[in-house]
Amino acid sequence: MTDNDSTDLIRARQRSRARIMGLLLAAFVILVFAISIVKMQIGHSG
Amino acid sequence: MTTTTASIALPADWRDFLALTKPRVMTLVVFTGLCGMLAAPVPIHPILGFTAILCIALGAGAAGALNQWYEADLDAKMKRTQGRPLPAGRMDRQSALHFGVGLACFSLALMYFAINLAATLILAVSILFYVFVYTIWLKRRTPQNIVIGGAAGAFPPLIGWAAATGDVALFPALLFALIFLWTPPHFWALALFVKTDYANAGVPMLPVVAGEKTTRTQIGLYTLPMVAAAIAPWPLGLTGAIYGWSAVLLNAIFLGLVAQVALRRSGEGDAMVPEKRLFKYSIFYLFLMFGALVVDRWLA
Repeated sequence: MTDNDSTDLIRARQRSRARIMGLLLAAFVILVFAISIVKMQIGHSG
Repeated sequence: MTTTTASIALPADWRDFLALTKPRVMTLVVFTGLCGMLAAPVPIHPILGFTAILCIALGAGAAGALNQWYEADLDAKMKRTQGRPLPAGRMDRQSALHFGVGLACFSLALMYFAINLAATLILAVSILFYVFVYTIWLKRRTPQNIVIGGAAGAFPPLIGWAAATGDVALFPALLFALIFLWTPPHFWALALFVKTDYANAGVPMLPVVAGEKTTRTQIGLYTLPMVAAAIAPWPLGLTGAIYGWSAVLLNAIFLGLVAQVALRRSGEGDAMVPEKRLFKYSIFYLFLMFGALVVDRWLA
């Protein structure tokens, strides 16, 4: 394997990890938003 | 230039991080946690219920990752675990440690802010118990490792119940006892047919240390209190007839399979069919017992 090949492989691996991390962070933001709404509803009804 | 060190410098793939969490083990953990939550007398909002189950799954994943971080040397010696990310050289140990600790802290913080303190504390105890008591302290030292360590896997129904109610009662404690007492027959059945693997790795599993005869007897002895704990909620009035009759039937089959294992002796080149059958059934057994519990509570 050449240096160029290994650099490409590392970049591809980093890109795929960054993509997954981005998706997980987006999902987390949506979850926190949903939890906040539910907590406010429970607070109002309680 | 050839780069023999490329695999070391290469960042681990996200699939390897997923493999660190032991997704197959997590399935049973999530299912029993969900059933504990659904069996609770207080309903929980679906979003909060989902969050609690997510926290249980992440906590179990963190414990699995830390277990693989600590046991990388053992895993490399056993056929069953040689392909895991650390022994296979696809990830460095520090990444696994950081991932495990980070995931544990995240699951606990989310559980505390979204659910309640009781569920958070039980989740914390289960992670710490699995990592420190089972993995680090007991596993390499005593053949009773999975007897005491089995408690770590018994916490999810308690956490699910606590997430819904904010406390712990007799019923989830019986569910804890059921999984706790189910663990020895389940793992010793496995240990009987992968004995050589454990012996090569130097893990003092009961068949390696005390021999097959003792292990078979112990499987029988642990099954009796397990059956009692499984059926107890029915006569105690905590469940209805659907759970009760399901428990009677499923435990009768379990006892039958255990009797086959407990009363036989293996010979040279034995295929260990009854042991493999008991191991497979024990997994279905737990799924069906908890499934019956939820159906019973919902129809009651």
